[in-house]
Amino acid sequence: MNTTALLALDALLVFSLLSLAVAALATHDARRSVILFMAFGLVLAVAWGRLMAPDVALAEAAIGAGLSGALLLAAVHEQPRRALSGDSRPGHNRAHSSFKVALEWAVTLLCVAVAGVLAWALAAAFDRTPKDVLAQAVSDNLAASGVSNPVTAVLLNFRAYDTLLELAVLLTAVLGIMAMGPERRGYRAAGPVFDGLVGWLVPVLILMAGYLLWVGAHAPGGAFQAGATLAAAGVVLRLAGQRSAGLPPWRLLHLTVAAGVVMFLAVGLSLLALGRPFLGYPPAWAGALILLIETAAMLAIAATLVLAFLGGRPAESHLNFSKEKRQC
Amino acid sequence: MIDALSSLFIVAGLGFYLAGSIGLLRLPDLYSRLHALTKADNLGLGLLTAGLALHAQELLIALKLILIWLAVLAASAASAHLIAQHVRRRETSS
Repeated sequence: MNTTALLALDALLVFSLLSLAVAALATHDARRSVILFMAFGLVLAVAWGRLMAPDVALAEAAIGAGLSGALLLAAVHEQPRRALSGDSRPGHNRAHSSFKVALEWAVTLLCVAVAGVLAWALAAAFDRTPKDVLAQAVSDNLAASGVSNPVTAVLLNFRAYDTLLELAVLLTAVLGIMAMGPERRGYRAAGPVFDGLVGWLVPVLILMAGYLLWVGAHAPGGAFQAGATLAAAGVVLRLAGQRSAGLPPWRLLHLTVAAGVVMFLAVGLSLLALGRPFLGYPPAWAGALILLIETAAMLAIAATLVLAFLGGRPAESHLNFSKEKRQC
Repeated sequence: MIDALSSLFIVAGLGFYLAGSIGLLRLPDLYSRLHALTKADNLGLGLLTAGLALHAQELLIALKLILIWLAVLAASAASAHLIAQHVRRRETSS
């Protein structure tokens, strides 16, 4: 393809990103804002694709646009009155509204300042390290990493510590969600059309999660994308009126949520016991160990995201498959 | 030959997209807008995937493209139905 056409595509992407961002921020209707944000996420995923970063594009589409959108929509659904009362009576309280405007400006200026500092730091970092050094180091050691996808090699091998800590952050988030109280109200049972869609969409999503997990070793994919896809299956089930949202029974749920961190620590500590550094996989075993950790991480990520969608502690009685079957 | 056919499919698909977008902007009520959007876009995407599949290097890629089209068909049909049902319920209840 010639460069002018690509340049035009890039310009179009940048233009739609900026206008979607402005539109999402400018609208006073929270629901509209969320939907625009989801469209923004999808265009952003295309932009990542154009930047030759398919891993980020997949994550952005699945988590940034899809699941965050579902979470935000659920939050808007929960608080329709509060979101509307802000602008339905403008000037209702002058002092209050001028304070609000001042606060908005303060937040905006703070954001601009933070963005400026970050941009400055990024520019400084790019100046200091020639950007090929890290990529070169990764590709030099790729053969010993157990996988052939450099992104997975970095996430699960070279910088496995970071991923372990990320999973620990997710586990902490689960504790926060559990502390929020009981789950949100469920949805009413779906009609025949949506039920029909769910009937084949959920198996396809589960299959796709397995594919993304497996393919992560040598192509874009991996635990996070697979977990988000699996969580999407749970969200779809929940929307169709299944109270359990595909979550396992209570006892198993505890294990599932902690599975990523537990598996990481188990592998790391066993390696320590065998006299290797923590998470320093022997090259011959690296591929299998990474797959093991990623499988556990996928389940933990999916359960965490579904719990976030439920917005609280699920009722124990809803997590029982056989009971639910009987009710249907 | 294949190039010409593929271009024809793609241009025709874009035509459907254009028609669907104009319909979305111009048609008077939600039901007809949904109708314009989902019908025209499904056909447009079908033609687009057909045009791209002709260019695919391997059969597997062509099959994946068709799979994407089928998934979008099902999703857009179901979501159009859900949106229409939601609006209908709200109209009849108020």
